[in-house]
Amino acid sequence: MLHETSPLAIGIFAAFVGAVLWLSFRLGRKGQSAQGYYAAHGQVHWAVNGIAFAGDYLSAASFLGICGMIAFHGYDGFLYSIGFLAGWVVALFVIAEPIKELGKFTFADALDARFDSWGIKLAVAISTLVVSVFYLIPQMVGAGSLVTPLLGLPHWVGVILVGVAVTCIVVTAGMVSTTWVQFIKGSLLVLFCGVLTGLILARGLAVNAGRGEPVDLTPQVRTIRPDGTVLVDGKPQGTDHDLRPVGTITRLPERYGDARATGPLGPLAYLAALEDSTVVTWEKTTRTDADGTHDTFTPRERPAAELLRPGGYFKGLAGNTLAGRLDFASLMLALFCGTASLPHILIRYYTVKDAAAARKSTVVGIAAIGGFYVLTLYLGLGAMTSGALDPTDTNMAAPLLAKSFSETLFAIISAIAFTTVLGTVSGLIMAGSGAVAHDLVENVCGVRMTDHEKVRVGKLAAVALGIVAMALGILFKGFNVGFLVGWAFNIAASANLPALVMLLFWRRTTKQGIIAAVIVGMLASLGWILLSADTFEKVYGLPGSQSPMPFSQPGLVTIPLGFVVLVVVSLLTPPPSPVRR
Amino acid sequence: MTDRDARQPRTAAPASRLGLALFGLYVLLYGGFIALVLARPDLVAERPFGGVNLAIACGLGLIVAAVLLSVVYMVARAGR
Repeated sequence: MLHETSPLAIGIFAAFVGAVLWLSFRLGRKGQSAQGYYAAHGQVHWAVNGIAFAGDYLSAASFLGICGMIAFHGYDGFLYSIGFLAGWVVALFVIAEPIKELGKFTFADALDARFDSWGIKLAVAISTLVVSVFYLIPQMVGAGSLVTPLLGLPHWVGVILVGVAVTCIVVTAGMVSTTWVQFIKGSLLVLFCGVLTGLILARGLAVNAGRGEPVDLTPQVRTIRPDGTVLVDGKPQGTDHDLRPVGTITRLPERYGDARATGPLGPLAYLAALEDSTVVTWEKTTRTDADGTHDTFTPRERPAAELLRPGGYFKGLAGNTLAGRLDFASLMLALFCGTASLPHILIRYYTVKDAAAARKSTVVGIAAIGGFYVLTLYLGLGAMTSGALDPTDTNMAAPLLAKSFSETLFAIISAIAFTTVLGTVSGLIMAGSGAVAHDLVENVCGVRMTDHEKVRVGKLAAVALGIVAMALGILFKGFNVGFLVGWAFNIAASANLPALVMLLFWRRTTKQGIIAAVIVGMLASLGWILLSADTFEKVYGLPGSQSPMPFSQPGLVTIPLGFVVLVVVSLLTPPPSPVRR
Repeated sequence: MTDRDARQPRTAAPASRLGLALFGLYVLLYGGFIALVLARPDLVAERPFGGVNLAIACGLGLIVAAVLLSVVYMVARAGR
């Protein structure tokens, strides 16, 4: 769909992003030592760190991806919310305090604390880079999706904008500015999503999103011709001839009689009324011929109750196939285990002064993140019935929902979503730059550096990672960002969690066991993803049936594999020698 | 405490046993939800809570449970 730009929206957006960058430059002078650059001197207040956790964690996947998935597929998007939060239970109860006690700057510091092993540093640094890059992809894709309707710019321009802004943030002051950017973004995100949810409940549900005319149920066809021109139903696409916005209610519950709107509803009444309503979703089919690629969007009336139970996205659940059920179980396991294995989350434990502060900041983070994930259900369902969705882009559901209320709210929500991407990407690039400068260059390659040199190498690594992120963000345009982030969770959980948990709870763990678990977990999950049916269909453009893997999400196999490899290798190698810290 | 004990991380200290117990409780809740969806997908469409179906009620319940357990943990640890 084409979107008209508004000067007001652009002004608000520019003000938000400008304020974030100004803050970053202002804080720049505070992070010039290595301790300041990588860990904000370990002096961040636990309450600020807790909200910064939310800002770090609530990425484009949580905001744009989940809302879009709920709006397009119903309840299955909410499964991501449940799983994403559940992972914090692992972080708080199992990981938070020990990781603070063991580490200094990076995740590798913690895993290597008992061994001082060259191999562990190398394996964990590579795993940190792989996970960070996989996590960067959806953030950059989300950024690209945002600028198209907001600024009227192509997707790739949005990706470049984020890449440049984030690299500036990280290079200017490292963890100090990153922390404050994440704090501001986390606060704004939760606050304004609360406002948006209040507006959704106050509006209630309405037939055809309150428009007087009947719902148009004719299919729409978008053709992208070989020369790049776009046709809609056979005519050139333009602002006066475009795909219709979709996502509406056709029938309210019988208890509302002939009324076309429910009026304001409470949180539970909203869910109950929607469950008894009839909604219109649409099915997309694609065919390619000499004239180009033809996407047909066919509206389908169905009871909303069908969308408020599992199975809308994970078709195997509804179809009750074994592969589908394993896919679902595997994703839920990866989400549960993945959070506490994400390097950019783990390094935030080094920004507070002690284990008690680490624990308290995690609780604050869980409260903020949990509150946000409850809101995602209403944002997604509100978008599903807003009559404002772009059928070609799942990632734009939340901003377009805001647009259905007002242009100003659209600009604010888009700007917050953009700062959401900035906050998370800056955390990811910090984790990656630490892995390169501290783990690879200093510890693995043995290059002795002064404090100043260590910071300079970190900044160079941040620039390089920013460029890689931009390239991948352009390459993966069109993917749902929530789906993409599931890959990062699978790799993080498979590569990092077995080593971390066994190091903490099994004294017989050896350095060889840790190295083997990290490498096998990372390669197995990465290989599984690259050979999965989802990747065959969505990346290679091949039929999913050609995939050799029985289901798409690897965690159910590769996470236990990491534990098994660690135990077997540890038992086959000499017990750990005395620590050399 | 032996030298060997001193080399180990302090995660198995009594103070964190509460955390592990709460973690175990949450694993049961989360695992139970996944098992329910896998075993009886028809059951989660039931609507025992004022018109809200079991799938949504369980999902919201898991989020609220995580927040409550974390607050319990923080208060209990602060009191030690």
